[in-house]
This record gives sequence, C-alpha cells and structure tokens, in this order.
Amino acid sequence: MKVHEYQAKELLASAGVAAPAGVVITRPEEAAAAYEKLGGGLVVVKAQVHAGGRGKGVAVGPEVDRATALAIASGKLPRPAGMAKGVQLVESAEAAVAAAQSMLGKTLVTYQTGEAGQTIAKVLITVGHNIVRELYLGLAIDRATQSPVLMASTEGGVEIETVAATAPEKIHRETIDVGVGLASFQARKVCKALGLSGDTAKKGEVFLKNFVKLFIEKDCSLAEINPLIVTEAGDVMALDCKINFDDNALFKHPDVAALLDPAEEDPNELRAGKSGLSYVSLDGDIACLVNGAGLAMSTMDLIKYHGGEPANFLDVGGGATKDQVLEGFRILLSSTTVKAVLVNIFGGIMKCDVIAAAILAAYDEIDFRVPLVVRLEGTNVEAGKKLLADSGRKIITADGLTDAAKKVVAAAKG
Amino acid sequence: MSILVDKNTRLICQGITGKAGAFHAEQCRDYGTKLVGGVTPGRGGGTTLGVPVFDTCTEAVKATGANATMIFVPPPGAADAILEAADAGITLVVAITEGIPVLDMARAVAYLKAHHPHVRLIGPNCPGVITPGQCKIGIMPGYIHTPGRVGVVSRSGTLTYEAVWQLTNLGIGQSTCVGIGGDPVNGTSFVDVLTMFEADPETEAVLMMGEIGGNAEELAAQLKSSGKFTKPLAAFIAGQTAPSGKRMGHAGAIVSGGSGKASDKIDALEGAGIRVAKSPADMGVTLKAALAG
Repeated sequence: MKVHEYQAKELLASAGVAAPAGVVITRPEEAAAAYEKLGGGLVVVKAQVHAGGRGKGVAVGPEVDRATALAIASGKLPRPAGMAKGVQLVESAEAAVAAAQSMLGKTLVTYQTGEAGQTIAKVLITVGHNIVRELYLGLAIDRATQSPVLMASTEGGVEIETVAATAPEKIHRETIDVGVGLASFQARKVCKALGLSGDTAKKGEVFLKNFVKLFIEKDCSLAEINPLIVTEAGDVMALDCKINFDDNALFKHPDVAALLDPAEEDPNELRAGKSGLSYVSLDGDIACLVNGAGLAMSTMDLIKYHGGEPANFLDVGGGATKDQVLEGFRILLSSTTVKAVLVNIFGGIMKCDVIAAAILAAYDEIDFRVPLVVRLEGTNVEAGKKLLADSGRKIITADGLTDAAKKVVAAAKG
Repeated sequence: MSILVDKNTRLICQGITGKAGAFHAEQCRDYGTKLVGGVTPGRGGGTTLGVPVFDTCTEAVKATGANATMIFVPPPGAADAILEAADAGITLVVAITEGIPVLDMARAVAYLKAHHPHVRLIGPNCPGVITPGQCKIGIMPGYIHTPGRVGVVSRSGTLTYEAVWQLTNLGIGQSTCVGIGGDPVNGTSFVDVLTMFEADPETEAVLMMGEIGGNAEELAAQLKSSGKFTKPLAAFIAGQTAPSGKRMGHAGAIVSGGSGKASDKIDALEGAGIRVAKSPADMGVTLKAALAG
C-alpha cells in the first residue's frame, strides 16, 4: 500500500525522524493561512499524488493534450512559459495561493503517471530550507540476504537508478538484522559514508536509527528519502519521502490501513481486491481470467507468443468460485477495449465440472458482448467441457494451451 | 530415493482443525502420506481424520515420532508456527499459508539459521512437496503426478501443475516436485533444490519454473555453469509480458541486483546452456529435448 508524501512525513515525525514542518490543504484560499502558520519566508507547494517526477511534471486542465503534457514532463518537449509544475517555490502568501490554484483540481502528468496523469486533490505546503547537500536513503527487502537493507548515497536528488547503473560504488549498503534494528556502529558507518561529521553526524545517527525502527515497526516494504538534506544550520531532514507498506501486514496496523486514499488507486484493482482477486490492467485487447499467479502470467505470455496483446493480469486464486468468476468477468468487461476473453483454469482440487458450472452461471448474469474462449484442465475435465459445449451459449472450448491461445487471438481479430 | 519426502515420512498438520487444513490433510492421507497427527492450540486431546490432535508440536512429536509438518495456520500466527515446529525437532517444515508479512518471515528465517540450521523450510505461500506414489505434503492434486526420474521445482502453484501434467502426458514420471513459493523471503531457493536433485541418484533431469523478480533464476544458472549441477535442465520463466511495475520508489529495483526482468533471466539460463521453453505449452517437450541431449 502506498501513502502520500504528507502522510509519510507525519509518520516520520512521530517516529523522531526530522522532516520540514508542513500543512496540507484542499482549497487554494487555505494556502494564505498555511503560509503564515509556517512563519513565512521561503515555502514549497507540492502536489500530493502517488507518483514521482512531480518537480518536472506538469499540472494541466482538460484543454491541454495529454501526450504533449507527458512529452514536456519527460523533457522531450520544451516547457511553455506559465505551465505549472507539481512542485513550486514561493515567497509570499499571495504566491502560495496562486501556486495552490495552479495545481488543485488539475491533473498532474509526470513520467511515472503516463498520459492519464493523476488528479491533484491535496497540496502540501512546507517550510523551505537552505540546502547545503542533497543525499539519498532507501530501505527495501533484499531477497539475497532475506533482510531489510539500508542504502545510502551522496548522490541525492537525482534518479537513484541512474546512480546504481553508472556508479554502483557510490551506494553504501547496510544489511539490517530485524531483531536488532540499525546498530549504532552501522549508523556511524553510514554517516561516515555520507560525509557527515560533528553535530550533523550525531543528528544523522539518530535520524537513521529511527528511520529503520519505523520501517520495521510498521512493516514497510519500501521507504525512500530522496533527497535527505543537510541544511545551513547543520540539520538533517527528509525533504521528500515515499513509503510503501506490506499489504499482508496491514492487519497489525489499523492506523496505517486508515491512510489509504481510494482516489489514488485503480478502481478495478480495488474492486478486485475486495473479492480476493488480483488484477492489473494492461494495454492489450485480450482479457484473461486464470487461477494462480504463475499460470496467469504465463497465460499473458502465451497470448503474446501467439500474436495477441493481453489486456490484463487476473488471478482468481486456487479455487475459482462462481462469485469470483462473476466479479472477474464484470471487471474484465468494464474495459471497452476488450475484444475477447480467455478463461484458463487448471482445476486441481477444484473439479472442472464445478468450475464450468460457475462459468455458465456467471456468463448468464452479465451481457457477454465479446467471444469467450475457455480452456479447462484437470479433474473431471471431460464433464466440464461437455457442460460448456451442451450449454447452447456462444462459448468456444479449447484443448490445451496452444489451441486456447490460437482461438482467442483469432476471435479478437474478428 | 527421491528428495525431502518418501514413504517413511511421518507428517503432522499444524492447523488441522481449520477448514483448509482439514481438507488437505485428508487429501494427503488418502494419497498415501503417513499422517500421524495434528496440532491446534487449545484443541489437544481430541482426534480428527482418525489421528490425535495436540496442543503443541512438542507433544505431537513425542507421541507420534513425526519428522515433517504441513502448516495451514492463518497468516498472523504462521511464522510462529514455523518456529514452534523447528523447536519441537521437526526437520521438514512445509508452510502452505499465503499472506505472511515479509518481516515476520525475515525474523523466522533468521531464527532458523541461528538456532536450527538443519531444519528445511519449504515455502511459505507454496503448493508443497510430493514424491509421486509415496508422499504428498501440500495442496497439489495428486493424480496428475506419476512416479519417475525427473525432478520439478517452481516458484508457482498452478503453473507447476501445468508442467507436471505435461510431463505425465508425455510419459515422463517425476522423482520429487517442489514448490518453493513466490514470497520475497522464503526457506528454500532454486539453488538449494537443484543441489538436492544433483545428489539424488534417482533424479536424471530437472524442470524448473521461474518468474520475474529477484535473481534466484540467475543464481541457478550460475550453479549450472560452475559445474555444480551436471544433470539435464530445462526451464520456463513466467512474466515475459508483465509490465515493469507501478512502483513508487526505486529501492526495490536496485536491491534485486539485476533488473528482475524475464528477458535477463532467460539470457542467463540460456547462457549457461539451459533449454528455456518459449511457450508455457512447451515446458514438457523442452524437458524431453533436454533429456535427449
């Protein structure tokens, strides 16, 4: 689960990790009071969406062509004068209101959002600091050591992937023992690697230990502070922060679960999750409904291998009950670009005739406007196929994976 | 021979009184597995499926001589159940449970390494282990398997069934099939299982199903090219068409060491002389070709 920058910073602050003071607003006129509350001076106005690249991104209304907006946000086209960015520096209450006005209700397009962009419903107004250095901190799960790993780099503020590709030696790594947290000696090593000294290093050690503690206590899956800044006053602060949480651990953390912003999620993915389905939308026109994640990915590969383009990933789990198949079909058919649907079920413990009955019941409850190809394999497969063939519905049955793929690709091409 | 499990394996089921635990424990018993007991805290003293239920693993091991466990405990208690089994002296722990928090598993795996280095954990979030005709521990449909000399190892569930079914239909039997699970932190890797298959004289060749993310497949390719795995090996990688992901930060991609992309994994495997099926429909025939040399 992802959260907004302002939510991540509130969590940092409550864990003793320094971040600039800020105020979240939803209406432009609130910006003036927020500016005054923060003590005036240099203030940063930041769009709150779940995407990176906001500083280079563009906040646009419906009048701007989105492909053009994406090209500008990706640096492929020059930025026209007056086109609003997703992060703006201001030095007066009036300018803060104008900046908020230029973002709220608009769509932010960044290189990460794609052409669709994301609606800006909230902006964060935060104190600006005189920055001496920009550093990078990241925490993630390392499969090799089966532990969290803390990554630190002096190359902050830029895309860390570039650093990893071109100068991996500039990324310092510390493996974290989940039971111990970040040991003091590790914190000192990281501060040394970041070139911090004196009081700033002391503050850095506290910052690092509390950051790792938060990651472990709240079951984070990914946390990134980029940039971590050193101010003129010698303080260290999280200027930007992204945190992802382990969905499987949310039962332990109702406070974190409550931070979910449904407006930032794909409505179909949210809907699928409520029915125990796992769904990811793609760009193609052949929808698929499969049991099991590995087989679902393989089915997408199979469609592509035979010249088609998969429209989604949809895993209905090991069982595939009627209600799950029904909800799965509804989600798939809500896309107007889908031209054919492939159901691929390996019935193991679940018998194929039971699954066939579920498919038929679901088929009858919705207006199935595109061809449906069904491939069943496993227990009672002949009984299942017969049920489908004798049903009188326009269902195409397939024998084996290759036959299914060829039939659905042909059906999509009409 | 075979690896991990055989007709002498004595199994208990942790979570045997739950719906899924009861159903699958019965399926395993009916397949021929020696199911000797079950554990559910607070339900000790009763019987189910004709075997005694205990409050703790320690009591179960003492009374039944169990050496393997199958875990169906719900996610909040599953990592603890793994540790309890290890502490009771069980040497093979098969964790079926899906949805265990990653950091719970990180703690459990670190604990096993420190205190019970000889315990073999399979999973979590996996279909389990089967030696056809002898012992099934897990949720895989037993009838698709046939005894033979090809080892199968996979990160996925239903994709494994698909592969096994292709082998069986080609008349190629299996020595042991192992689902290692798809979670980022788990007990057993491809390299672990390939090393066991290498040492097993009754396994002639191995079919391996990988998927995007991490670098477990690349490590398996290294094992092959370093000469530590010498038997014919065929593979399939799921997720060739999967998008690069809608991640928010970049830290995960850096940690994986490589890109985690299917194309890089396929290149690594083929570079080590491993045959890789282009289509999931060809997993069985690719193994057959590898066997033929």
